[in-house]
Amino acid sequence: MSFDLAFIWFGIIAFAVLLYVIMDGFDLGVGILFPFIKKERNRDVMTNTIAPVWDGNETWLVLGGGGLFAVFPLAYSVALTALYAPLIAMLLALVFRGVAFEFRFKDPAHKPFWNFAFAGGSAVATFSQGIVLGALVQGIQVEGRLYAGGWFDWLTPFSVFCGLSLLIGYALLGAAWLVIKTDGELQARCFDLIVPLACGVLLAIGVVSLWTPILNADIARRWFSWPNIAYFSPVPVLVMLTAVALFRAVLKRQEFQPFVYALVLFILSYIGLGISLFPNIVPPDITYLEAAAPPESLTFLLVGASVLLPVILAYTAYSYWVFRGKVRGDEGYH
Amino acid sequence: MDAELLSRLQFAFTISFHIIFPSFTIGLASYLAVLEGLWLWRRQDVYLTLYRYWIKIFALSFGMGVVSGIVMSYQFGTNWGPFSDKTGPVLGPLLGYEVLTAFFLEAGFLGVMLFGMNRVGKRLHFLATVLVAAGTLISTFWILSANSWMQTPAGYIIRDGQFVPADWWAVVFNPSFPYRLVHMVLAAYLTTAFVVGAVGAYHLLRDRANEAAAVMFSMAMWMATLVAPLQILAGDFHGLNTLEHQPAKIAAVEGHWETQRGAPLILFGIPDAEEERTKFEVAIPKLGSLVLTHDLNGEVRGLKSWPKDERPNSLIIFWSFRIMAGIGLLMALTGLLSLVLRIKGRLDSTAWFHRLAMLMGPTGFIAVIAGWVTTEVGRQPYLVYGLMRISEGRSPIAAPALAGSLLSFVIVYCVVFGAGILYVFRLMREAPSPADPGIDPHQPHRASHASGHAAAEAS
Repeated sequence: MSFDLAFIWFGIIAFAVLLYVIMDGFDLGVGILFPFIKKERNRDVMTNTIAPVWDGNETWLVLGGGGLFAVFPLAYSVALTALYAPLIAMLLALVFRGVAFEFRFKDPAHKPFWNFAFAGGSAVATFSQGIVLGALVQGIQVEGRLYAGGWFDWLTPFSVFCGLSLLIGYALLGAAWLVIKTDGELQARCFDLIVPLACGVLLAIGVVSLWTPILNADIARRWFSWPNIAYFSPVPVLVMLTAVALFRAVLKRQEFQPFVYALVLFILSYIGLGISLFPNIVPPDITYLEAAAPPESLTFLLVGASVLLPVILAYTAYSYWVFRGKVRGDEGYH
Repeated sequence: MDAELLSRLQFAFTISFHIIFPSFTIGLASYLAVLEGLWLWRRQDVYLTLYRYWIKIFALSFGMGVVSGIVMSYQFGTNWGPFSDKTGPVLGPLLGYEVLTAFFLEAGFLGVMLFGMNRVGKRLHFLATVLVAAGTLISTFWILSANSWMQTPAGYIIRDGQFVPADWWAVVFNPSFPYRLVHMVLAAYLTTAFVVGAVGAYHLLRDRANEAAAVMFSMAMWMATLVAPLQILAGDFHGLNTLEHQPAKIAAVEGHWETQRGAPLILFGIPDAEEERTKFEVAIPKLGSLVLTHDLNGEVRGLKSWPKDERPNSLIIFWSFRIMAGIGLLMALTGLLSLVLRIKGRLDSTAWFHRLAMLMGPTGFIAVIAGWVTTEVGRQPYLVYGLMRISEGRSPIAAPALAGSLLSFVIVYCVVFGAGILYVFRLMREAPSPADPGIDPHQPHRASHASGHAAAEAS
């Protein structure tokens, strides 16, 4: 019973984190792209495309955190302590970019500063998330129920590479999102950005895929032993096929497909990550079963979540529907 | 400074900054729902003017509340890891429900509320406003349940060192929760009412004929008249509940050191933990017993009946409590004065009262923070009252790392929220006007959409 409940919750948390990554991913990506789009008018359009939805997107991050606290408290306790510095940096960066949405328009005299806060906040938050991911994959040292590592364990070439990779990845999602939501000059610029960004993402996926098994013999065994290799080989093959489809879509100037293919790249990478790490929730020592809260807690929250999550997904979809269509500049006002 | 103190300071700092925004937006969301409802029902444009006026301020304040709140949801783990590990099974699901029932609801409909007035029908837009307001109240429900459980834990068993829920109803509706919830919701409503009242008063002083200013001032003063006395009553009930479950907190609030019958009510004094007495006290004989036990000769426990390491800091909460209660009395007095002026028909035209209302504007925030200081410092030295001490709950993080993060929080919060509060003041300085479409037409606006000027009205 407890096994099933914990497994269901592992799935729900994984789903929440994935939704967070792709949804806040594209809106953080819009911020990361700010330095590449010079015209103020176009930057206004960029923030306008995400202004009605970013708050909802970021709520999945709160569900990831709050959910861990509720159903895997040991993981919440150990991982958040171990990743103290990058998490604090992420939170402060999210503060900057979150307020910049409103502040950019409220204070024209200091708009350059809030532009910087928006772009810099988005980039630092993303980079920190990549470091968090990299540090988790590397593994976290635990003794008893406490973090036992040092204060800079999270800082390694691998985690920094993951940080940079995520920057490129979110920028790709952001560019593909803007292709859907804008037109004219800005859209053309984003089409142009997708190609180099997608190349960067493919390179990053390749490097991380090779680096991870080198770092960790268990992960190497998981992927390269027979018959696993047969089961898992479709993942890299699908990555290649998706990349080809993405480039074709950009060449044909299709508006929706690049975003969809970019999402597929993220989902495939996420599945790959899951294959590497399962059943660990705080690698290498804590499995999701060990970290799980008692069944009383898992059941209590699951009753609500099973009703509420579909409702949440429905009204989130409704909100996106309300704000569908292109966002254009402010030509209506002048 | 030692690591424990730094972690405590960081939590105190971040949560004190955070609570400023919800204590305003909880009330403001409900106020916006009332305004939009009145507009739809009575079809008077003044309500729409007020809605458009306050929604701009709401958007700014809510954004600041969201980002400072995300910080809180991670700090339990970063700084209070062992606490999270041990209480997660009980407190985690309460916060999980807060996210699922409140945060998503707010975030999901906030976009429609702020930018959707011309994209959905009027009724649907009203529904969005109501849902955002409901979300803020649901959120209050869960977070106060969690806080109250830490004050008056119930419905749990201890298994393998973890608190494990045994009876969810008893956990959620723990003994102090109903009192704390009512007290906090009323506090949020009063805080908002006095801000709205101060803004109305400011614009009435500049232009007595401004209809929207007169309407918001009148509405705010009705809240003061009706809710401030209710709040005093709710506070009294909450105090009696605290006496039952956390008598040490009450002893510290009252500055009582000796256990005695016929205890005095100490109005002012300096509680001194070293000498174990309250210096320079100004007291009314026997009234303390009467207030706390409703009997002139009732016995009241003094701080000396607890070991020194179980006593909360009396100096802090003696005074924070008096600041809160004093402001509560001033609010009730303001409400009463407004009623007298209203009956005389001079509510819109009494300049000295408008100045008083402006002075009262920020007092709600001060009272909220003073109240929280009282209840939180008053439960020291415990994280979970009587069961888990602060020293047992701290993450093993070294002092330099904590000093660095605390310093970063102080700098970032002062810059970001300092600027934000300045922008809120700027918006408040503009007079509400029916001509105000909700945006400045010369400024590029974020909610510009395919339909050209469709969203010009939105925010």
